Amino acid sequence: MSTATGSAAPAPQIVTLDTTVVTSWKAPIAFAVFTLVALALAVFAPRHGDTTYRLNASERDAIQVPDLVVPAMPALWTVVVLLALITAYSAWLVRAKKRVPLWLIVVFAVLFLFGFLTWAGAGATLPMIGLLFGSLSLAVPLIFGSLAGVIGERVGVINIAIEGQLLAGAFTSAVVASVVASSTGSIWVGLFSGLVGAMVAGLLVGMVLAAFSIKYFVDQVIVGVVLNVLVTGLTSFFFSQVLAPNAGVLNSPPRFPRLPIPLLSDIPIIGPVFFRQTLIVYIMYIAVAAVYVGLFHTRWGLRVRAVGEHPQAADTVGINVNRTRFWNVALAGAIAGFGGTFFTIGSGIAFNKEMTAGAGFIALAAVIFGQWDPIKATLAALLFGFASNLQNTLSVIGSPVPSEFMLMLPYVVTIIAVAGLVGKVRGPAAAGKPYIKA
Amino acid sequence: MKLELRGITKRFGSLVANDHIDLTVEAGEIHCLLGENGAGKSTLMNVLYGLYQADEGEILLDDRVQHYTGPGDAMAAGIGMVHQHFMLIPVFTVAENVMLGHESTKGGGFLDLNDARARVREISARFGFDVDPDALVENLPVGVQQRVEIIKALSRDAKVLVFDEPTAVLTPQETDELMQIMRQLKEAGTSIVFITHKLREVREVADRITVIRLGRVVGEAAPTASNTELASLMVGRAVELTVQKDPPQLGDDALVVSGLTVIDHIGQLVVNDVSFEVRKGEILAIAGVQGNGQTELTEALVGLATRVRGSVVLDGVELMGQSVRKILSAGVGFVPEDRNEDGLVGEFTIAENLMLDRSDGEPFVKAASIQRAALADFAREKVAEFDVRTQGIDEKVGRLSGGNAQKVVLARELSRELRLLVAAQPTRGVDVGSIEFIHKRIVETRDAGVPVVVVSTELDEVAALADRIMVMYRGRVVGIVPGDTPRDVLGLMMAGEPAEGAAA
Repeated sequence: MSTATGSAAPAPQIVTLDTTVVTSWKAPIAFAVFTLVALALAVFAPRHGDTTYRLNASERDAIQVPDLVVPAMPALWTVVVLLALITAYSAWLVRAKKRVPLWLIVVFAVLFLFGFLTWAGAGATLPMIGLLFGSLSLAVPLIFGSLAGVIGERVGVINIAIEGQLLAGAFTSAVVASVVASSTGSIWVGLFSGLVGAMVAGLLVGMVLAAFSIKYFVDQVIVGVVLNVLVTGLTSFFFSQVLAPNAGVLNSPPRFPRLPIPLLSDIPIIGPVFFRQTLIVYIMYIAVAAVYVGLFHTRWGLRVRAVGEHPQAADTVGINVNRTRFWNVALAGAIAGFGGTFFTIGSGIAFNKEMTAGAGFIALAAVIFGQWDPIKATLAALLFGFASNLQNTLSVIGSPVPSEFMLMLPYVVTIIAVAGLVGKVRGPAAAGKPYIKA
Repeated sequence: MKLELRGITKRFGSLVANDHIDLTVEAGEIHCLLGENGAGKSTLMNVLYGLYQADEGEILLDDRVQHYTGPGDAMAAGIGMVHQHFMLIPVFTVAENVMLGHESTKGGGFLDLNDARARVREISARFGFDVDPDALVENLPVGVQQRVEIIKALSRDAKVLVFDEPTAVLTPQETDELMQIMRQLKEAGTSIVFITHKLREVREVADRITVIRLGRVVGEAAPTASNTELASLMVGRAVELTVQKDPPQLGDDALVVSGLTVIDHIGQLVVNDVSFEVRKGEILAIAGVQGNGQTELTEALVGLATRVRGSVVLDGVELMGQSVRKILSAGVGFVPEDRNEDGLVGEFTIAENLMLDRSDGEPFVKAASIQRAALADFAREKVAEFDVRTQGIDEKVGRLSGGNAQKVVLARELSRELRLLVAAQPTRGVDVGSIEFIHKRIVETRDAGVPVVVVSTELDEVAALADRIMVMYRGRVVGIVPGDTPRDVLGLMMAGEPAEGAAA
């Protein structure tokens, strides 16, 4: 043995194994199904006339973008042919043991969407700015919720209670803003008190989740579900017993006004969609950037991720795992609570029972679809927001698709996105596992 | 720095893991802590490192009593630890891992990665390591990961460095390099505590040896002590370190594996075109460093792997593509690598675990109900036959020690009519007494004319059991060599260099 000691140490090598491509027929099959759907629309339900895509926000804008007019049937047939070509190409790729690239999936989705919109909007005008603007608005609570989910899971606690935190935020902000605005007479004081109240409410829900799952090792999913039911029950109770009889004082929240940002809001298409929003949306832009930079470039983020990946390793370098988890889950709750304000003071709507309607769960789906990355999760949330608003827009312009069917759209997109496109991704290794020290 | 432990006692419920342990490590000394698995070595070191709080006793550094509440305090006091299971975050880079917990920042909490990189490079240069600060830890070979652990400890100015079973995951060559590093550290004045149960390493590097058994210090020894002396101190009685084994009575080829390839979910060929035969009455040992495809190979043999190619023929019958149920019925016995994960149900009793693979019919199940009486008789018989030390057959398996739990697995697998035995790491985490017993049973199985495949990362075990040795590296077979091949040849093969004249 000792003879080898003196010999030169071989340079350490990176372990690489021979690899092969694991191919899957998922993409070509999905492509084929959607191509057939488009074909069926063209054959069995042809619609004639032109589809107009309006790209202007209003007639008064400085820069006017001309409408895009597309003849419905020729466009649809072109799309069908292109979709068929992509399907064939993807099948060829899989047969040749190659992966179907992501950009092909995106191109396919955009083409299909274009074909479908053109068909559905035949003979009508599609307000594209309104569609996109509404998508962003509807995505606001989803984005805040998914930021809360990302922080929670990155630190190792699965935050199922996003729904409850949104609802608590919505309720509290409505009540606080109504009371403060009417007693002080200042709408802005009321609005900001509402924001703070919502964050405190979300924080409290987050703290309950943290306490039970971190200190008492209760299964995180179960605590989360129970909290959602609890918040739903509490807010519904207070709504019907207290808010409804005194709606004038307690439940007539002021509304955040839209604040167009000078210059930026004049950019065609982008301006009206992104920069004629409320303060809540602008704070959201900052929050997404802050969480992203924070997670990946600061000491806070490094420690959060360490605790969520390998809590014991974090412990051995002197990081208090459970304290880190507790405060970050609480922070996540506050962020989700802030997102809840969108439902009430963000839109100027009075609080109503169960008004979040599952947004927290869609946000959770966005976390996974977005691979635990704040920016990707935001994009996922935007996709879900788009699906929701598409359904609204199509029912307004009188789409031939039954509205009950269209109501499924956001959820169908969620299922396809999470089950079909995500596949195997790796989340934080210790998410969902309590850290129990001997 | 001089380290002194006085009367350290640590209890877990009624179990006394450390019983008034005294230990002194002088500055610049390599002090070996020798003891079996479960003797309390790791517990002691976790107390020293602040992960556990001692119930009694005190820790002194340079004659000053230390009080700390967590690993942070221990590190600040100058204690570093290279853990048995690396405390590295796989998805972080080397620099991120090294800086974690004492991050240098540019103000505002923003990480200063350049500073961390420089520190990694500086320490690497000092000890001649070749470590890229920006490499992801999960992509590094374990030997390099261990160096990252060392860098991590040194970057906090550790004066006392604890190595907890550091050689378990290394090739013999990497082990030699580690010994070299330890000597270098010692020259630089670092005190080293080296925890191990491998006698050879102790004798090679230690200045002093303390032996621990059942949570107590049972003696000190000089590095000149013989293996047998150390082993009997460690176990508390005379032990046979080698298994009595007659030359094999070889029969026909029984297991013929050809072109076996296993692909994991991201497309890596974790087992790459592996072919070998095992004859009746022969033990083929598969050697190699942990994680070179052995686990996946054994799983493929019993039908647990998905995405496999090639063929596995047992006594003329193709097993590839068959269900696990059919493969087991064909007479394949399987001792999985991780008994707690794959071999036993911890919350079930010994009796229930013994019938796990025979729940589909007689004699233990009639008319869909378990025949308690038949099962109890069977279980009692097996517990006696395999010398399982237990309160009774209704004790939960999770409460058994590693050695006894492994005997339950072995009892279950060997009590069927076998035509092939596959045993992966049969003595991992098992006390020396049980190792003797398990090795004896495996050799008996061979002598009964059953082909046996044993996977082991411990060269001692390979040498003790093998009639022939197959070495695997990165999913491929490096070579198949006779059972008496010298260790240094095997060591080179484990690092991927084929032996001269070895049949591939």
